[in-house]
Amino acid sequence: MKKNPFNMHVNLDAFIPATAEDKEYIVQMRESSTFFRDGVKRLLKNKVATVSLIVVVLITLSAIFVPMFWPYAYDQQLGITPGKPVDPSYANLSPFEFGSTEEARIEAGEKIFPHIFGTDSAGRDYFIRVIYGARISLTVGFFASIIVLIIGLLIGSISGYVGGKVDMFIMRIVDIIYSLPDMLMVILLAAMLGDPIEKLVAGTTLEKIGSNIISLFVVFALLYWVSMSRLIRGQILSLREQEYVLASKATGAKGSWVIRKHLIPNCISVVIISTALQIPSAIFTESYLSFLGLGVNAPMPSLGSLASDALNGMSSYPYRLVIPAIVISLIVLSLNLFGDGLRDAFDPKLNN
Amino acid sequence: MNTKTLLYIGKRILLMILTVWIVITVTFFVTRAVPGGPFMGEKAISPAAQAALEAKYGLDKPVFEQYITYLTDIVTKFDFGPSLKQRGRMVIDIIMDGMETSAVLGVTAAFIALGIGVVLGAVAALRRNKLIDRIIMVITTAFVSMPSFIMGSLLLLTFSLWLGWFPANGNAEGGLVLPIVTLALYPTAYITRLTRSSMLDVLGQDYIRTARAKGVSGTKIIFGHALKNSLIPVITYFGPMLAYIVTGSLVVEKIFAVPGVGRDFVNSITSRDYPLIMGTTIVLAALIVIMNLVGDILYKVVDPRINLE
Repeated sequence: MKKNPFNMHVNLDAFIPATAEDKEYIVQMRESSTFFRDGVKRLLKNKVATVSLIVVVLITLSAIFVPMFWPYAYDQQLGITPGKPVDPSYANLSPFEFGSTEEARIEAGEKIFPHIFGTDSAGRDYFIRVIYGARISLTVGFFASIIVLIIGLLIGSISGYVGGKVDMFIMRIVDIIYSLPDMLMVILLAAMLGDPIEKLVAGTTLEKIGSNIISLFVVFALLYWVSMSRLIRGQILSLREQEYVLASKATGAKGSWVIRKHLIPNCISVVIISTALQIPSAIFTESYLSFLGLGVNAPMPSLGSLASDALNGMSSYPYRLVIPAIVISLIVLSLNLFGDGLRDAFDPKLNN
Repeated sequence: MNTKTLLYIGKRILLMILTVWIVITVTFFVTRAVPGGPFMGEKAISPAAQAALEAKYGLDKPVFEQYITYLTDIVTKFDFGPSLKQRGRMVIDIIMDGMETSAVLGVTAAFIALGIGVVLGAVAALRRNKLIDRIIMVITTAFVSMPSFIMGSLLLLTFSLWLGWFPANGNAEGGLVLPIVTLALYPTAYITRLTRSSMLDVLGQDYIRTARAKGVSGTKIIFGHALKNSLIPVITYFGPMLAYIVTGSLVVEKIFAVPGVGRDFVNSITSRDYPLIMGTTIVLAALIVIMNLVGDILYKVVDPRINLE
């Protein structure tokens, strides 16, 4: 029916109830995004952080898996065969060179896995030593941060939650440890704790790790928890006073609900970020101590001790210094950049 | 200087004394906890000689008495006892000898870092997101992530072995150049980043806009308003920088064979010269703690807006 445009009558067709199809069309079918998913999205948009993450993952994977199939072991002196005199041709090989017996086997038509970075002065394959060094550095960094996290979390949350005299007492201790020159104390304790710990762990499975590494962990546990616990205490103190916590309590929420739904989700990102940033600093400390000869026990390599050993033959074998130097700088740099990226992505309150 | 500031300074000095005391105590008892005592690991000596040695160094007395003696000697006479391995020399003399070289190293590095860092940071901030800013940021990021021992070793490799510009030994003429550069690189990079970010912060402030609106010239704004205010955070880095230079000098002096306190410290650890380990730890720790205090007080004095705790 033709409709007069000036007719004031309402068009009844426009008021028919929508069909199911229409409804489906109108409703936006998008999943609700969580905080975590948002953060990951932001992180992946950050090119620097993504590249650093890839570098870290690559180094970690090769540190874990390469020793499994590599034909040489980190402490295997290739020139030494039981019952024969030491073969000096294996010491100080240049990259892709072979020792005398290996050359003979190659001429006989065998295929020998190349020494990609050559060998060191004791005739050990240098590539696998660098990989092992990276393994040690990453392990120490990771576990040291976990130790710091656990102790800091425990003491910080007690301090923040209990408050009062306990809080004051803990915070005075934190102040004092904070004002101690950490590196000097680390060196002193690492140097002094080595012997007693060696006696303590002799015969146990811990002996394999080496007394110096254990004393390093002890030092971390003693000294480095303070900044973490300060951070967590501050978070808890400020979160407790937030209006939404008050609102939640006013509507009848129990303490456990407040902790689960408000306190933990709100401080978890800060905690994760500072743990992530703790890893490179722990790696830094470990390599520094190993360089001074206070780190891993020989023949276990660490990137620091490899660099320190390479100093002696530096003029003839500069690559032995450059390789661990590059690896450790790469690890520390990419972990730092990734930690920064994490902070930008997961700390929405930070708007720099 | 109002009473609040004075109270703050007093509190900090008390904390400083407490810290130094704790360092002395920890150092003492940790060293004594080592099994076998200071003479372990030497060639086998007869029990009589062992007893004589222990009597000479006062090790036969109860530990607590030794501790009191040690503490009073340090407080009243700066006496850290004799060195065990360098016969006939007092620990304090060894430290003072090394300190001359180390001080030259550290102070020069600190001044270089401050000078270059502030200039580079200001340039980067004023040319924000331009090519020069990008270059400065990339280089400083790399330097901040490179451990000092790696930096030192690579500099040694490049400039003394390959190019031959500087001697590898710290004793030789011009031998201190590379150690100073090594020590200065990290603080320079750090100060550059610090100055850049605080300068950007200051440039966005209202009073800068006001100054611009009033027609103050660009140079005058930068030097009269922006730079001065953006240097305040740099002052807070004073203490940490010194701590870095002190710990950094340990490895740097090892790499370049510089006859300073750092090398003494490292050598004393490997040779288990306990009095020297204790003495060096205490002196260096006290130095760091005092410098931290000076930095913090300067910070509060320079910027009256900062509330005390």
